[in-house]
Amino acid sequence: MYTAELQKTARIASTEDPDKLAAFEARVAADEFIEPKDWMPEAYRRTLTRQISQHAHSEIVGMLPEGNWISRAPSLRRKAILLAKVQDEAGHGLYLYSAAETLGTSRQEMIEALHSGKAKYSTIFNYPTLTWADIGAIGWLVDGAAIMNQVPLQRTSYGPYARAMVRVCKEESFHQRQGYEIMMHLAAGTVEQKRMAQDALNRWWWPSLMMFGPPDENSPNTEQSMRWRIKRDTNDDLRQKFVDITKPQADAIGLNVPDPDLRWNEEKGGHDFGEVDWDEFYAVVKGEGPVAKERMKARRDAWEQNAWVREAADAYAQKQIRKREAA
Amino acid sequence: MPSLPPIRPEDEAVAKVRGNTGAFDAPPVAEEDRVRFDYLLRLGDDSLILGQRLSEYCGHAPSVEVDLSLANMGLDLIGQATHFLEYASKVEGAGRDGDALAFRRDVLDFRNCWLVEQPNGDFAQTMARQFLFSTWQKLLFGQLTASADEMIAAIAAKAVKEVTYHEELSAEWVIRLGDGTDESRRRMKEGLDWNWRFIPELFEMDEIAAEMTSRGIGADVGSFREEYDRKVRAVIEQATLEVPSDQRPILGGRRGHHSENLGHILAPMQYLQRTYPDATW
Repeated sequence: MYTAELQKTARIASTEDPDKLAAFEARVAADEFIEPKDWMPEAYRRTLTRQISQHAHSEIVGMLPEGNWISRAPSLRRKAILLAKVQDEAGHGLYLYSAAETLGTSRQEMIEALHSGKAKYSTIFNYPTLTWADIGAIGWLVDGAAIMNQVPLQRTSYGPYARAMVRVCKEESFHQRQGYEIMMHLAAGTVEQKRMAQDALNRWWWPSLMMFGPPDENSPNTEQSMRWRIKRDTNDDLRQKFVDITKPQADAIGLNVPDPDLRWNEEKGGHDFGEVDWDEFYAVVKGEGPVAKERMKARRDAWEQNAWVREAADAYAQKQIRKREAA
Repeated sequence: MPSLPPIRPEDEAVAKVRGNTGAFDAPPVAEEDRVRFDYLLRLGDDSLILGQRLSEYCGHAPSVEVDLSLANMGLDLIGQATHFLEYASKVEGAGRDGDALAFRRDVLDFRNCWLVEQPNGDFAQTMARQFLFSTWQKLLFGQLTASADEMIAAIAAKAVKEVTYHEELSAEWVIRLGDGTDESRRRMKEGLDWNWRFIPELFEMDEIAAEMTSRGIGADVGSFREEYDRKVRAVIEQATLEVPSDQRPILGGRRGHHSENLGHILAPMQYLQRTYPDATW
């Protein structure tokens, strides 16, 4: 899964040492990786911490809509695949939290920021998974959009993030294929299955386009992030690429993309497509998504109701240390 | 009625010298296979139902690390269930595949033990259940690696490695929670108390289990009862808890007589297959 940057970028403080800043910018411009111990401007650190932790939160919250279907998966094979996929998301969350921690913020702090509503996660996970076809649509569209975003991030300037992305991308490509395979199967199935598949595409199409973030003219972060090689493509470029790749995939299995303005534009060598409902996007960013409250409640409950488990693990570890010291 | 060819005298002559080839009935399923089928259902259903239970946790565990390990165990168990049920369907030879066995049988035809269908409860209850079951399952699969049935032996050989990890992980949690804080200690005690009643069923030797053992196919569960008790007691002691007291055994799962939980586990699990009986997925 992926999260677009959703908060305003930090300005470069005028107090940064100009020589260090110049050296840093030169390294980044030469496509060198920045490592945790290297000097970096505070704004770079803050932007990355926000982006990587949002990405981590998205992986963890993203387990919920799909987790909703593990116990109802329609065959043993589908059940195993879905369970493995959701397990992958947990793994992604774990190494993204670790990558973010190398910038000096603890996992505890990041999780608290998520639970207090201060930190954001991808808007896509605030939509409900209604039918089995939604599991197909999420894999196909949501993970498809994620790959589009994450492939360039394998060359992002911050070393730990770039390396995490290499592994994440391999797994996302499996996720995307399994989702498309579910859709392919449903689209070739019974009348009810086709209906499910088309309905899932209708509901997930626009939220998937929103995953790339606001339009470029409205994305003040993009320029700075691209200069620092945190980002390698603009939101609109990635969105265009996604539409161009996904439309023929829908055609191939006989599903209709729910956009009357979608058509091939020979001149630009890409599709024209309708305007995303940005009011809806910003409402979801604000926390007004259809199941936003359910998602946050599930995360908070899991964390708070199991606090005793983490406390017990700490207490036990402390006892073991004391025992070793006494011995 | 259409006209039929006449029975000619030469046909009658052939019929006279033909031997008696059998009864007028569908080819019989060997008694051995029916018993083996039932035994495979026990193995497969245990893994399936516990895997289903663990997957309910996904996304709701105490930490990301625990989420990973619970999903990992669930995945192992669903994999074991798939192997056992696919093989059961071949042994049965009635045209039902592994999915049909998992998604189209009702409570009375499920052969899992009561322990695996117990509710997750809190994390302590989940880990107590896992520990009591995985300790048993590891001993069971260990013996089944020498089964005279090559397929069972092969599945067990793969699975025993998986459940070795399940046993270790759950034992560590029993110890950690038992010897953690006052609250975790109380919860682990309650978790063990809840699940303790279902241990005797794991060691039940009914006719089917006995016949499978005598054929060298099934495990002789009685032979590792002492080892099981020793292992369980050692972990509970390390957790600084008391071993719960025994009660009259609760039996029935192996013959389709389950707790009230199973119906509620099957309802969501089978809902798509039942709602759209003509669909494939």
